[in-house]
Amino acid sequence: MGRPARADERVAAVGLWRRLLVKPELGSLIGAVVILVFFSAQSQVFRSLSGIANWLDVASTLGIMAVAVALLMIGGHFDLSAGVLTGTTALTVGIVAVRFGQAIWVAIAVAGVLALAIGALNGWLVTRTGLPSFIITLATFLMLQGLNLGLTKLFTGTVQVRGIAEAPGYHSAELVLASTFSLFGQQFRIAIVWWLLATAVATWVLLRTRFGNWVFATGGDEVASRNVGVPAARTTIALFMTTAGAAWLVGSITAVRLTSVQANTGTGQELIYIVAAVIGGCLLTGGFGSAIGAALGALVFGMTQQGIVYLRWDADWFYFFLGAMLLLAVLSNRAVRRYAEAARR
Amino acid sequence: MSTASGAAGAPLLELREIGKDFGSVIALDGISTTVRAGQVTCVLGDNGAGKSTLIKVLSGVHRPTRGELLLDGAPVRFGAPREALDAGIATVYQDLAMIPLMAIWRNFFLGSEPTTGWGPFRRFDSATAKDVTRRELAAMGIDVRDVDQPVGTLSGGERQSVAIARAVHFGARVLILDEPTSALGVKQAGVVLRYIARARDQGLGVVFITHNPHHAHPVGDRFLLLNRGRSLGDFAKGEVSREELTTMMAGGDELTRLAEELGREPRS
Repeated sequence: MGRPARADERVAAVGLWRRLLVKPELGSLIGAVVILVFFSAQSQVFRSLSGIANWLDVASTLGIMAVAVALLMIGGHFDLSAGVLTGTTALTVGIVAVRFGQAIWVAIAVAGVLALAIGALNGWLVTRTGLPSFIITLATFLMLQGLNLGLTKLFTGTVQVRGIAEAPGYHSAELVLASTFSLFGQQFRIAIVWWLLATAVATWVLLRTRFGNWVFATGGDEVASRNVGVPAARTTIALFMTTAGAAWLVGSITAVRLTSVQANTGTGQELIYIVAAVIGGCLLTGGFGSAIGAALGALVFGMTQQGIVYLRWDADWFYFFLGAMLLLAVLSNRAVRRYAEAARR
Repeated sequence: MSTASGAAGAPLLELREIGKDFGSVIALDGISTTVRAGQVTCVLGDNGAGKSTLIKVLSGVHRPTRGELLLDGAPVRFGAPREALDAGIATVYQDLAMIPLMAIWRNFFLGSEPTTGWGPFRRFDSATAKDVTRRELAAMGIDVRDVDQPVGTLSGGERQSVAIARAVHFGARVLILDEPTSALGVKQAGVVLRYIARARDQGLGVVFITHNPHHAHPVGDRFLLLNRGRSLGDFAKGEVSREELTTMMAGGDELTRLAEELGREPRS
């Protein structure tokens, strides 16, 4: 059996199989393995160390966001502004460092305060008005998109910020956010470490802390959880600030790595985060999901994106694949949950 | 079934002329009753009688517009459900306040999770939580297979029982039960009534809200009848029979007329 538990004999009847099936990350694990095997069999580059470093890199920044978005979705909400917020933070880092001549760490701190404030505002509006987070964050998404373009033009006269590498303290920031490390003679991006760290911390918080319990409860049934004393509003605001914090990390990584930032950075990514979280087993209705699943969802995404390039297929197929995987994930999540919950009555 | 004759001293909870308005709608008016330790106070009423509003006043969801709420003889005002909980008033809602997708042990401690460790490593003590859940459920005689299973997989009666066990564990002195038997079959309702009696025997004051006099009468020590937001009377056990309860609740004449109306149809 999966766990040695001193339970009575009827527990054994539930079986390892059903126990595994109720794990939200199972679907994305199977998906990741299938895609890994498929592309590895087809492409030698894909299974080489440099290929692996490549698709892990794609998955990493996406994964950091997907994990935060998964927490928010388990808490019962969406954040459509998460993608464009990575652009906002990257641009803020650039503008404060370049236009205002501040040290890079000062610029990153300013971007952090701004991101957390926007996240808190999203959360406050959602909890205060009771409107669907979909609409509230759609509004902030559009506003930020406009601000990103407008303010970038205002400060730089162009639609990009460049020259971040000249900011004081750049090298220490590069070391933390955009360096590489060597493993088996291959250089891997440090963002991969951030991704693993984010996944580990999110999983721990979700499964092992009071806050994690509140996240599941708030997403499962907000009224019921408030009735038993869960601070649902505070939990929701904290979750929006978490996605904003993740956007800050990803935005800073982007700014420091590329040293120039386009004003449209991050736009359109928000749906991909949600797709990764759903592939990872998050229910759209909230209350169920996993951070590890979302990280695996991001991995599926990274492998598919790079695999299609390595196989020299037309990149257009990528979105078809992504859509098909999403559909498959949603259907299997639904079936698995029904199967796991039925017949135990 | 020894009923504590605890007439001495102040009651655990006393309602004096409680009223609640929602705008121009008078949802409750002039409601008085007492809840004593080791006794069951039944609140009876048909749909729309104000039972749910009364619970929400007692559990801190609503503040009463008029009247006084006394806890151990001292007036109290609850601003939030948490305050009522901290004062020892636990409510088991009709919709159960349980999260179907979450494991039983997670639900059991929801909002009052035990923690271990320090500083940033303070964590939900899941081993203790599972252990206590298992023990408390066993103590109430509740037979669940596995505390790790989602609450959604339990039957209605089992869920009610888990919710009652949870309230008892968290040191509730007053247990408010919102229609715990209404959605259940005869057998399941019997199971829940037995847990109510057990909670009472452990010295809790129980407020049992129901529209079924047949469920209320066997366990009740005191009966508060509501109709359209007003009290039809507050009776001790000896003062009223099951038949009288039924008649008063349904509005006796209405029931007689209904019986005649329904009875005539098939004959013609």
